[in-house]
Amino acid sequence: MNSLLQVEDLRVTIPAGAARFTPVRGLSFALEKGETLCIVGESGCGKSLSSLALMGLLPKSAEHQAERLHFDGIDLSRLNERQMADLRGNRMSMIFQEPMTSLNPVYTIGDQLAEPLIRHRRAGRREARDHAVDLLEKVGITAAGRRMAQYPHQLSGGLRQRVMIAMSLMCSPELVIADEPTTALDVTIQAKILRQLKQLQSELGMAMIFITHDLGVVARIADKIAVMYAGRFVETGTARQLFSRPLHPYTKGLLSCLPVPGKTASGEPLGSIPGVVPAFIGESSSCGFSSRCPYAAPLCEREPDLTERGSSHACRCVLASAELDELRWEAA
Amino acid sequence: MIGVSNRTEPQSLTKGPGRQLFERAVHHGGFIAGTAIVLVVFAAAIGAGVLSPYDPYIQDLGSRLIPPVWQDGGSWKHPLGTDHLGRDYISRLLHGARISLLIGCVTVAISGTLGTILGLVAGYFGGRVDAAIMFLITVRLSMPVVLVALAIVAIFGGSLTIVMIVLGLLLWDRFAVVIRSSTQQIRDLDYITSARALGCSTPRIIASEVLPNVLNNLIVVATLEMAHAITLEAALSFLGLGVQPPLPSWGLMVAEGKDMLLFDPWLIAIPGCALFALIFAINLVGDGVRDITAPESRS
Amino acid sequence: MFHFIVRRLCLAALVAFTVSAVAFLLLYLAGDPAIALAGEGATEADVLAVRKQYGFDRPLPVQYLGWLSNALQGDFGHSFFFKIPVVELIAEKMPITLKLGLSSIVFAIVLSIPLGVLAAIKPNSIFDRLALLIAVIGQAMPSFWFGLMLIVVFSVDLRWLPASGSSSWLNFVLPTVVLGYYATPAIMRLTRAGMLEVLQSDYIRTARAKGLLPIAILFKHALRNAVIPVVGLAAVQLGFMLGGSVVVESVFALNGAGYLAYESISRNDFPVVQALILLFSLIFVLLTLLADLLNAWLDPRMRVH
Repeated sequence: MNSLLQVEDLRVTIPAGAARFTPVRGLSFALEKGETLCIVGESGCGKSLSSLALMGLLPKSAEHQAERLHFDGIDLSRLNERQMADLRGNRMSMIFQEPMTSLNPVYTIGDQLAEPLIRHRRAGRREARDHAVDLLEKVGITAAGRRMAQYPHQLSGGLRQRVMIAMSLMCSPELVIADEPTTALDVTIQAKILRQLKQLQSELGMAMIFITHDLGVVARIADKIAVMYAGRFVETGTARQLFSRPLHPYTKGLLSCLPVPGKTASGEPLGSIPGVVPAFIGESSSCGFSSRCPYAAPLCEREPDLTERGSSHACRCVLASAELDELRWEAA
Repeated sequence: MIGVSNRTEPQSLTKGPGRQLFERAVHHGGFIAGTAIVLVVFAAAIGAGVLSPYDPYIQDLGSRLIPPVWQDGGSWKHPLGTDHLGRDYISRLLHGARISLLIGCVTVAISGTLGTILGLVAGYFGGRVDAAIMFLITVRLSMPVVLVALAIVAIFGGSLTIVMIVLGLLLWDRFAVVIRSSTQQIRDLDYITSARALGCSTPRIIASEVLPNVLNNLIVVATLEMAHAITLEAALSFLGLGVQPPLPSWGLMVAEGKDMLLFDPWLIAIPGCALFALIFAINLVGDGVRDITAPESRS
Repeated sequence: MFHFIVRRLCLAALVAFTVSAVAFLLLYLAGDPAIALAGEGATEADVLAVRKQYGFDRPLPVQYLGWLSNALQGDFGHSFFFKIPVVELIAEKMPITLKLGLSSIVFAIVLSIPLGVLAAIKPNSIFDRLALLIAVIGQAMPSFWFGLMLIVVFSVDLRWLPASGSSSWLNFVLPTVVLGYYATPAIMRLTRAGMLEVLQSDYIRTARAKGLLPIAILFKHALRNAVIPVVGLAAVQLGFMLGGSVVVESVFALNGAGYLAYESISRNDFPVVQALILLFSLIFVLLTLLADLLNAWLDPRMRVH
């Protein structure tokens, strides 16, 4: 069966003088219709660049290649800019991280909302407007009709992000990529918007790639999770698998940073991962996480492949075999 | 504006700021070319007495309107020919460089001092002082410079001194605007606050803490205004209400050649080209200084 | 918004008032107007009579207030030279200067905005270099000399366009090019810088993510934002250009207010000079006001609700 999205060995490179900076170093995954994949990682791990590469929106200074980049059977790498633009905002759309700056300050919300429908469906202004009001109400904006005539600067960050979400859904896309859509917002608003997004997703039956650094968010919405570190997936699996039985030391580190209801006593310090994501120039043969890994061993000089550890669960760590895993659990 | 700053080469971090400035200057083609031309004009102005084959004021009615050497009838005796009074053109051109540079330097000294003081005071104190100085700037901007300068020169009589004073008193606006906004930007920074906390007097803070930090902008504006002053002097002299004959101001030379425009266009082409080259070079230096001192602001 | 306009109008009035004082002082400094008015060969008694008749024997502030109150009623006195009311004289010449100023700003905008946009879309391309070249040459070219060189090429050599006069629209072509070129570098640089910045912005990425076509992204989303500061600059430049019309009109003997100003200065006809300085200042202040209003119209963030 054909997946909605098939990605194999996606790379993003940025030529920097003689050197080549490779922030995304070979991502592979598949996404089924209606499914949600969460990509989790620290800032700078390459998750935003990956999503921009999928949309064909990388800045001019960066370029991407892939063994396979298929969307609903269409080979995206063979499309020209015009054909790609026909897909964007239509069958696949994106929600960005920065609601404050992502809307054009000189046009009304209504005008900007209507654009995708007019562009892709040749809708009339009236029809586009009605649909926009409809969607604004669905993403939880009250007095939507009045909002349509307002300018972005008259709206709060939370409202603007709802507008962005509505805008991305105007053409009922099959795939939505949400790049940290709630990071810039207040925690209370975050939760509300996530709920609405999730609900709309199931209503419209669309697949979603949700990019975040916040595992707490992931738990609520993910079907599948990919943990990303320094340009690579280090662990992939279902949400259940990753939360109940994380294999990679990095995943465990991330999980230890989360408070667990009922388990974490108040006042007990949460975990943290020492160090920072290494900046990669070119390729490195050793495991990218070894410098920060509490279990780092001489073996880690060579980075292993992403290997299956049970059905649909994979991990990129030499120490993650079953026995060692037991050992490490005890050691920890 | 975006995307240039984070592309600084790693090795530049290890070098001192002076060395970095020097390297950026050496690699800035426009700055080097501009500086070279300006230096050549300075050399011509200083050495005009030695370099000139003739006295620029001596008329020789027997050899009038000799064309320059590259045209028919020209000779190496007068490489750039002679004007309508038989004066050697290259000698006049060399001596004219003195006038342009003198105008540029003196005007900028006057207008720069005035504008910088106004800008510093407005930016540092803010409030009503700022409003009053902003009003002055608005009034000054609204007055048509050429018209006012022409009128004043007409009243006091045209001479080099008058032109320098008039332009100096008119061209301070850009200094004031730029220095004001850069002063505002650094006024509330920590090191100014700490100087204030240490009990330094206000003039001292302005002179020793604020002024050095707006110096880069000051230099950039000074070069651009120098070019502006030279252009204006030439225009005033061209209109007959600037430097008076027989001084060899380039603008005046163009005016004198204007009547011969039909048959001897080189008479206006030569001093015009000199003027163009000098202004062009000064602008290059100004743009260069801006790029070199603030590479992140390049767009 | 209403308060904003009222405040700006008050400022404009205050600026005009200050400039009027400066302009009046110029006349006073210009020497005894009675001698000029009495004309050549006038006896001392004639001069005295003229002085009394025009009130030149009153104290300076009184004279100024008198002049100001007349000026407010549209009476700027009589030209010493033409012996007709200054207002009539200016009313006759000003349309020519305004025509020149408007055609020049249109020329500048038509040249600099497309080039600035092209330069920003393709940095370091041939367009970018051409734009840079036009800008640096324009900044360094003295307008009187540029005008003369155009006359040499287009009037003397090619005989395409007239060198002087103001009888037909052909007379306006060369002056328009000279004056318009003067404003081009600044407008082009600002357009380019603005476009470069806007094209990097998040909302342009949003527009691309919506699948909009490059034309719509460029013209609807980018240019509209980049052009906002350009409008203000263009208005200010138009003000400078009207002031600069003195030089250009003199070069081309274009019979407008600039040329009138130049000739009046040469003839010591100071009532005319005074009125023109005041008028040009007023136009400048009104143009900046207009620029602010246009900005508010173009940029919803500037609208005060």
